[in-house]
Amino acid sequence: MLEVSVLKQLGEFRLDATFTAPTPGVIALFGRSGSGKSTLTNAIAGLVAPDSGAITLDGEPLTDVGRSLFVPADLRRIGYVFQDARLFPHLTVLGNVRYGERRRRNAPPLIGFDEVVALLGLARLLPQRPWQLSGGERQRVSLARALLSRPRLLLLDEPLASLDVARREEVLPYLVALRDRLSVPMVYVSHQFDEVLRLATHLVLLEGGRVLAEGAVEEMSLYPELQSIIGPDLVGAVIEGVVTRVSPDTGSAELAVGTGTLHVSLHGAQPGARVRLQLLARDVILATQPVQGLSVRNALASTVIAISDDDYGAALVRVDVGGAIVLARITQDARRALKLRPGDAVWTLVKAVSTRGHTFTLAAGS
Amino acid sequence: MNGSPDSAELEALRLSLEVAVRSVGFSLPLAVLAAWVLTRARFPGRLLLDAFVHLPLVLPPVAVGYVLLLLFGARAPLGAWLRTQFGIQLAFTTAGAALATAVMTFPLMVRAIRLSLENVDRGLEDAARTLGAAPLDRFVSITLPLMLPGILAGAVTAFAAGLGEFGAVITFASNVPGVTRTLPLALYTAMQSPGGDALALRLAILSFALGLLGLLAAEFLVRRVRRYLGG
Repeated sequence: MLEVSVLKQLGEFRLDATFTAPTPGVIALFGRSGSGKSTLTNAIAGLVAPDSGAITLDGEPLTDVGRSLFVPADLRRIGYVFQDARLFPHLTVLGNVRYGERRRRNAPPLIGFDEVVALLGLARLLPQRPWQLSGGERQRVSLARALLSRPRLLLLDEPLASLDVARREEVLPYLVALRDRLSVPMVYVSHQFDEVLRLATHLVLLEGGRVLAEGAVEEMSLYPELQSIIGPDLVGAVIEGVVTRVSPDTGSAELAVGTGTLHVSLHGAQPGARVRLQLLARDVILATQPVQGLSVRNALASTVIAISDDDYGAALVRVDVGGAIVLARITQDARRALKLRPGDAVWTLVKAVSTRGHTFTLAAGS
Repeated sequence: MNGSPDSAELEALRLSLEVAVRSVGFSLPLAVLAAWVLTRARFPGRLLLDAFVHLPLVLPPVAVGYVLLLLFGARAPLGAWLRTQFGIQLAFTTAGAALATAVMTFPLMVRAIRLSLENVDRGLEDAARTLGAAPLDRFVSITLPLMLPGILAGAVTAFAAGLGEFGAVITFASNVPGVTRTLPLALYTAMQSPGGDALALRLAILSFALGLLGLLAAEFLVRRVRRYLGG
């Protein structure tokens, strides 16, 4: 459990954030730039001393201003991957990677040197110097350096933000692999919702230095205020399911979601795998009667739970599909034409291909 | 000319080199400390300390030598204490010439080191903190290596300038042949002596060459280290 309650005044900016997140797991600190994510992360790392508040990791207090307790950053064993990698320019990649390991000989290792090198593909880079590396390579080295410092919590402050799309896609799988391989809890700072979807288990929503809401990612994806941060096009329910059948030749699969079955485009998944996917609200269609002759692969019997106006002139309909909650974004005209009300039975139509690119394999047990 | 035409130049050159080396060796650790304090520490009187460190740049060198005499002269309190406790005499010795040179070149060294310390990315020190490095460890393993270009530049510049320090040396350490008569003092002496023109010219050329060599070496070293650091 990571318990954070921090008050910090920085000039005009005031951070006043409180949250409690389960460990192990990946806790996403999500918000726009300037929402206080980095200050909060620095407070957890011990690089910033809060004006008041307390930070406790798995029962051990790290900061408690009331009791004048402040464990120095070098004694916290909290690994930090910075947005700009911050590799030491006077050391080789090997020297960088070994820097923390050498100083934490007495702590229990999280992962061995050889395994990190293999997992992050660093063998070729070890003799090189930081300025010879690409942005993606730098972040991988920074990640290895933090992992080998034997941390009991890993902070990742927008580790992909300084990379272009191709480089991001190069590093993301490594992060996913680490999450699945290691039991170390992580705090992942981001303003990219797809990174959160692929990595996080718990989501803390920050806005203007305050915690708007927090909870499991599935639950938070339904949170109305999220749309003001990620925009209307990325709003959509995150649901989890288990792969029941795959058709490798067509790249499609069947997922057990709630009590129903969802046909999705999914490559490389095995039956039995747990999959998380996001159904973008703008891609979800509602029908009041059964439809025929459409290419839509999923027509699911469901019930309207609630309807709200979204911030962009449309309506956001929350429907229950066999126990799973799905969001549909429809125009106000459609809402009037269908005379939608809570409690109505509707058919929820989801194109299999529109789930593509939003499928995420979750680690067992996370 | 006298019987051994080379001996005066060689002796002056040797003395100048010795004085400059000892002055750099003596002042370098202090200059790193001063640079660190002036850049990183926040305390009342920092500006005053800053001005004090830079004072030799603006004072007449003779005044600096005079102050050193007042402090470290044979009968001065510090000088007497050093002699009775450690048997060290500074006034009118080579060590004294090195001290006077060190004081005069101290600001040059501090400025160069400070500049490089200001350029050290504090973020790297933070990264070292999260990796388990305690303050002193951090300074030695991260800050100091990253300051290396400035330290080298400061040391070489101070060395080159130290070869030619005149006013403070002649005031504090006097002009003793073989003990404190460094290149500029030998040059001055030759100019004052009837028939010393040729010697003076040779000494002047030697000083000129040494200074040029020193500055070029400083630039070369700094470039090498910068390239090593990937800057």
